[in-house]
Amino acid sequence: MAIDTAVKTSAGRRGRTGDTARTHRVRAPRRLWVKAVVTLLLVVEIYPLIWMFLTSLKSNDDYLNNSTWALPTTWEWGNYTEAWTTGHLGLYVQNSLLAVLPALALMLLLGTAAGFALQIMVWKGRSLTLLVFLAGMMVPPQMILLPLFTAYFQTGLSGTLWPLILTYTGTGLPLTVFMMATYYRTVPRELFEAATIDGAGILRAFWTISVPMVRNALLTVGLVQFFFIWNDLLIALTFTNDQDMRTIQVGLLNFTGDFGATQYGPLFAAICINVFGTLLIYLFLNQKVMKGLTSGAVKG
Amino acid sequence: MHRVLGDRRAIAILLGPALLVYSLIMLVPMVWSFGYSFTKGNTIDGFTGNGVANFSRLFDDPAVHDALWFTLKYAALVTAGQVVAGYLLALLYVFFLKKSSALIRTLAFFPVVLPTVAVGLLFQKFFQVAPQTGPVNSLLNAFGVDSIDFFGSAGSAFWVLILMDVWRSMGFYAVLLFAGLVDIPDEVLESARLDGASGLRLIRHIVLPLSLPVLMSSLVFSINGTLKVFDSIVALTNGGPGNGTTPLTLYMFQTSFTYSDYGYGSTIALLLTVVCLLVSLVVYRVSRRDLTES
Repeated sequence: MAIDTAVKTSAGRRGRTGDTARTHRVRAPRRLWVKAVVTLLLVVEIYPLIWMFLTSLKSNDDYLNNSTWALPTTWEWGNYTEAWTTGHLGLYVQNSLLAVLPALALMLLLGTAAGFALQIMVWKGRSLTLLVFLAGMMVPPQMILLPLFTAYFQTGLSGTLWPLILTYTGTGLPLTVFMMATYYRTVPRELFEAATIDGAGILRAFWTISVPMVRNALLTVGLVQFFFIWNDLLIALTFTNDQDMRTIQVGLLNFTGDFGATQYGPLFAAICINVFGTLLIYLFLNQKVMKGLTSGAVKG
Repeated sequence: MHRVLGDRRAIAILLGPALLVYSLIMLVPMVWSFGYSFTKGNTIDGFTGNGVANFSRLFDDPAVHDALWFTLKYAALVTAGQVVAGYLLALLYVFFLKKSSALIRTLAFFPVVLPTVAVGLLFQKFFQVAPQTGPVNSLLNAFGVDSIDFFGSAGSAFWVLILMDVWRSMGFYAVLLFAGLVDIPDEVLESARLDGASGLRLIRHIVLPLSLPVLMSSLVFSINGTLKVFDSIVALTNGGPGNGTTPLTLYMFQTSFTYSDYGYGSTIALLLTVVCLLVSLVVYRVSRRDLTES
């Protein structure tokens, strides 16, 4: 109600304070400049994606010779199979999944346990330990790249996906621990004390009582971290020299050089696969993703 | 009863693995990297001690000065751009779209989840001149303006980069700031209105001060992120033309992996870390002072 009236006065409609909120809810979006701004916003957000999709269906000739605004003269769906197989996109997606999913699982498991130990358990030095974890969020990843590169090289892990899994797990832990500890703050400690009176050990109470309670948080944190890791370029670029080990982002970056320099259709198809893949996850879970990504930021 | 929650063995089992992985992947390498900055060489050829030569080189290296200046300029402009655009969007959501803003919020959030590499390639094609005139230049042509080779000079490439990153993230800041605006109690707005505040005055004197805390945390978050910019520049310009759009992160990467100079690369990484910490500290101090004032 207050906001409604604020809107009304801002438009200089004084003296009609008696109007109900409902009429304003109908009236407000009708205002011309609001409509114009929203339309502009939609065009700016969505047109590039539409253009990209349409271009992904053009043949090279069509792309080079016809207007950039035009629809494809023939719809070349084959660009997608081309990108997927000849462009090795299928392999890159598979590599990404093989690196990202184990890292996510490890990170969530370790992070939840640590969050529990830091928030629910009572011991000296836990706030200091949490601070040590938090410090990791400030440090640029460049600071750890070279030592890790040496370590992976000397332990013979280079040339496998293990460097990615381990690095993603380690760099993702600060945010995961922090968010899980925050979620556990809403769970009363007495619950776990009661559980132990009933004969469950504290470890068992952690696993069977606390983990189901933070299921929602796990999904949120998992989604946030998924987007971070899936979209990572720096770490993947550093640790995947081998073409067979490339993740989707590294593959896409090299696509232009390897294959797409003169093959515009497949290049755009590759970009589309990458973009619409993540977009699909977002559309299904948009409230969760938005909430997660922004709640991770507030304390950043 | 606290004996149960203070069970040392359980704490070790729960916290141990995370602490171990975190130490091995982050803490130890940080110290190790610091050690590298006193050496030259690389993993394959081996390292030799180099004293403080890397540090004196750092101070004299014009490429470092350029990269540092670029990083700061980029962080300041993108932060300003995305927080201001995000705030305007948030105001639009709260005061003009109200209940109907859910759909717009979802759509404006789109680019946030998209992979930066894909967005970078998309913008590259969107602004290109050759071999195909992209939509932006086509639009300029339609208004009778000659095509601009956006990636031909560092200046115009920089602006495309700023535009792209503001496009990518304004929806994120809009949702973040939206949460802060929704928290403003209705009674406050109502009484301000009764006192005669309206429109811009209402926003300036009531809404803005009340959303200051969330604005400040957006600022801290944004600066912390933009100082580490890497993906979007690599995908859009790869630092070019020349090294006109090379930030510290990319210069560090090139020094280390293109020229295999790990020692100097570590020194640049150290500079980057110090810059990040200093800037965060300054912003944090300033924001603390502002919060206590309001």
